[in-house]
Amino acid sequence: MNPLKDSARAIAREVNARTASAAEIAEAVIPQAERVDAQLAAFLQLTPELVREHARRVDERVAAGEHLPLAGVPVAIKDNMCLTGTRTTAGSRILENFVAPYTATAVQRLLDAGALPVGKTNLDEFAMGSSGENTAFTPTKNPYDLDRVPGGSSAGSAAAVGGFASTLSFGSDTGGSIREPAAFCNVVGFKPTYGRVSRYGLIAFASSLDQIGPFARSVEDAALAYDVIAGKDPLDATSIDRAVEPAADHLREDLRGVRVGIVKEFALDKLDAQSRACYEAAYADLEKLGAELVEVTLPTADYGLATYYLIAPAECSSNLARFDGVRYGLRVDAPDVNEMYERTREAGFGAEVKRRILIGTYALSSGYYDAYYVKAQKARTRIAEDFARAFERCDVIAAPAASAPAFRFNAKSDPVTMYLMDYYTIPGSLAGLPALSVPCGYAVPEDGTRPMPMGLQLTTPLFAERALLGYAHAYERATLHAEKLTPLTETAAA
Amino acid sequence: MIVEVQQQYEAVIGIECHVELKTISKMFCGCPNEFGGEPNTKVCPVCLAFPGALPVPNAKAIEHMFRAGLAFEATIPPHSKFDRKNYFYPDMPKNYQISQYDMPLTVGGVVRYWMEDGTRRECRLTRIHLEEDTGKSTHVGSADGRLAASTGSLIDFNRAGVPLMECVSEPDIRSADEAVAYLETLARTFRELGVSDVKMEEGSLRCDANVSIRKRGETELGTKAEIKNMNSFRSVRRAIESEIARQIAVVEGGGRVIQETRGWDEAAGVTHSQRSKEQAHDYRYFPDPDLVPIDVTDETIARVRAALPVIPYERYVRYVDEYGIDTKRATQLVEDHALAAWFDRAVAASKNALATVAFVLGDLARLANESGTHVADGKVTPEALAELVALTQSNAINSKAAKQVLETLWSDGGSAKTIVERDGLAQVSDRGAVEAIVDEVLAANANVAADYKAGKTNVLGFLTGAVMKASRGKANPALAQELLKEKLGAG
Amino acid sequence: MPTDRIDIRHVARLARLALTDAEIATFGPQLGSLMTHVDALTALDLSDVPATAQVVPSRNVQRDDAIRPETMLSREAALANAPQAQAGYFRVPRILAEEG
Ligand SMILES: [Mg+2]
Ligand SMILES: [Zn+2]
Repeated sequence: MNPLKDSARAIAREVNARTASAAEIAEAVIPQAERVDAQLAAFLQLTPELVREHARRVDERVAAGEHLPLAGVPVAIKDNMCLTGTRTTAGSRILENFVAPYTATAVQRLLDAGALPVGKTNLDEFAMGSSGENTAFTPTKNPYDLDRVPGGSSAGSAAAVGGFASTLSFGSDTGGSIREPAAFCNVVGFKPTYGRVSRYGLIAFASSLDQIGPFARSVEDAALAYDVIAGKDPLDATSIDRAVEPAADHLREDLRGVRVGIVKEFALDKLDAQSRACYEAAYADLEKLGAELVEVTLPTADYGLATYYLIAPAECSSNLARFDGVRYGLRVDAPDVNEMYERTREAGFGAEVKRRILIGTYALSSGYYDAYYVKAQKARTRIAEDFARAFERCDVIAAPAASAPAFRFNAKSDPVTMYLMDYYTIPGSLAGLPALSVPCGYAVPEDGTRPMPMGLQLTTPLFAERALLGYAHAYERATLHAEKLTPLTETAAA
Repeated sequence: MIVEVQQQYEAVIGIECHVELKTISKMFCGCPNEFGGEPNTKVCPVCLAFPGALPVPNAKAIEHMFRAGLAFEATIPPHSKFDRKNYFYPDMPKNYQISQYDMPLTVGGVVRYWMEDGTRRECRLTRIHLEEDTGKSTHVGSADGRLAASTGSLIDFNRAGVPLMECVSEPDIRSADEAVAYLETLARTFRELGVSDVKMEEGSLRCDANVSIRKRGETELGTKAEIKNMNSFRSVRRAIESEIARQIAVVEGGGRVIQETRGWDEAAGVTHSQRSKEQAHDYRYFPDPDLVPIDVTDETIARVRAALPVIPYERYVRYVDEYGIDTKRATQLVEDHALAAWFDRAVAASKNALATVAFVLGDLARLANESGTHVADGKVTPEALAELVALTQSNAINSKAAKQVLETLWSDGGSAKTIVERDGLAQVSDRGAVEAIVDEVLAANANVAADYKAGKTNVLGFLTGAVMKASRGKANPALAQELLKEKLGAG
Repeated sequence: MPTDRIDIRHVARLARLALTDAEIATFGPQLGSLMTHVDALTALDLSDVPATAQVVPSRNVQRDDAIRPETMLSREAALANAPQAQAGYFRVPRILAEEG
């Protein structure tokens, strides 16, 4: 086997069968992750000692007769998820030296399932961004073009799997932070229904939107990872107490009888020629697989961005108040506590985080609350209702994951143009719907020559994860787009 | 200030009090809800607000809220939620407090209470909502440990996240005495309900008061000042009295009271301005997205209501109106709910409240004090006391014997009847038997009898005593005297 | 004009951010134009639309009143990340005014 190329499924199968050991996988993945990281800066921290320690445990447990769904599978974890004893920075100066005293529920489930934690991945500070450039540390590069961004906010997690540094990785998606980078990095990125995966131990950005999900090089691997992390957690009051339908063993090969909704408001003529061609081809492929394409309408989709940029900053302004230099993290000394707060937060937060804290504080402040926050919450209701109505006419909605392929560093200096990157992903987030991005070919950016990966976004009703992964699997198996591009990290290695 | 001037004004007072709920664990995490202990030893990622930690509400605390609300005739709305109250303070880990803004767990209601002299009052409740307590700051570097002049503060988060019930009253209170009486009834009731121990010394009840004044007869409200950090009933009385006097002085001096927050300075005995309305906070309340809404069914309300105990006010009213017990002793009983419960059982058996209360707050209380054992934990059962009451009422034993029986019951327990029989304490009311003794006594004291006949009737006491002595205390004293008079030719 | 739509200094004070003049100069217009974008919402008729705080329909999620020692932290662990600790306490600079 080739532990650096094989699927998580294959690795777990061999380790459980003891035809391969977690120890040998560990020794293969550690140098590989170092090599790729040197090129991409995908990790804020590599954890080789943890990889070896867990590999040892996995081999013991398997020897003792246990069957582990992720036995010996290398995983990379976005650095906004706590892991006891490791630095957890959320990509921010304010947490640069914070060592987590506890482990996030989702991460614990991965370790219990036999995964090997390769490292903590880079991200836009506190998951606020769409390019990875908002990290307080070195920005991660796109594995398919080192001059371009990997997308964000789960930049390092997408790049690590796209660049073959890890078999699986985990990110968090608030307005598109898994789906957009997955599209940019030629991997599958899956955001489950809000509340499906516990947020306990995930450093909060916007509590009513944040959701943890996997990156993988195949839908089947994403499903396998989902089956492990999904489910009720008594430590998260918003996690759903509802039986999880395992998906990995219930994937489908065709789309016969499936009604695929194409959103009228998401007209492709807004896109550049190549991106447009790519998505038109993708819709046609869905039809070839037996799907019936139906036009659906989301009249409030255009209000998604405005709604999101009130709700998310409002929640973030309150969630980030705890970073005050009292109990942990950065402190800039001052004669009195109030000045200490102001200097600490001024020095500890980056520009984008400050902007969002300011917007959110403003939107919640007296006199503006009803005009902004309450209005946004009502618009959110309308958006969810629009999706519900659309799903009366279709089983799944197909749309772009991003309006264009990965852009160059510093290409989007104006915040609002950056925010527009999430135009297609935000409405589904506001409705809490499960959605994923699956590779759907490539487009040559208008400002470039090299073909860059593109992602097709599929969205289903609440809790329909199994169906969603099934549709994506059928499309992926029929098209095999991911295999048509090779990341630079591999061509360099070859 | 001259009393006459004070008389022209009346105070209008509303009280907000925070009461720590009695639970095993904290409001949103699995840390123990216990007072004190080594600093920062009852903490977890949730109550320290570590990154990524999330709150999960304590079901018991929510049930306590329903009990408190229903006991005061409040409405329990079908829908409720938690909100975030945002402000920065070092002993508040998240820099927001999880509280309730526009959908509290209980709405309205009324607290019926009584004053020391027995007059009864009512104070309407606006709402009772559920929130979480903060940690504790100790200010260091200043001689008196106070905020001013301190060089820094030390923070202990053991108390952070303890469930806190905030009771907000309507401005129905008119004096410092009423305020204290109102708070005493709140405290008694919460103890009776088991929702809080209300240990003032541990700060488990803390209150703020909104005070304004107006000329008697006026109806619109004056500008109010909010008085903070009064941490004992005594300081509540003193703070409100001094604030009323201050406001009267301001108005009498031609000034106007401004809306502000004033802190009570226990040592100096005055309130001092902390924050004016202009500097008021912008708390930016919004629904806590980490918590889901609370729906309350009629079944839940019915279940909680059915399990409510008799509240102190009802008990007090029964003691005074039905039993005819004086207000002082009625209050004394109600004050101690274990004793009151014991008393109720005794009365149920004796059917004679006044005779029972005489024992319970008399000899029984004395015995309890001497031995340091609570009546309810002693060997005397309510039924045994009822027996004793019956024996004295029927003259089966006299008061001296009753004392003796009670002492035996206290030390050994058992039944009053049996003790009376065993120790032969039954009062002799048999005419013949007593007459025989009377004859003996008269024979032995012929000269005294002569004195009586000569008009020195005051020797009757001596003769009665002699009869009692001769009967070893068992003779019915009334009967003895009656016979003596007869034989001495009462005249 | 969007630029001076928001009193950035006031909002920054509420949020405890000691912004530099340069930041105020750049954030002002940026937030202004974002708020202008956000004004699109005023075009929506949202009268008698209920507000959504949570998209998932769960209610009454509560825990039993029990201590969970496995989730608690030792004092050492609690203070390990503290910028300043003293005698088992977290230490902060002097507090100027009471709050709450
Ligand atoms: Mg309060
Ligand atoms: Zn705790």
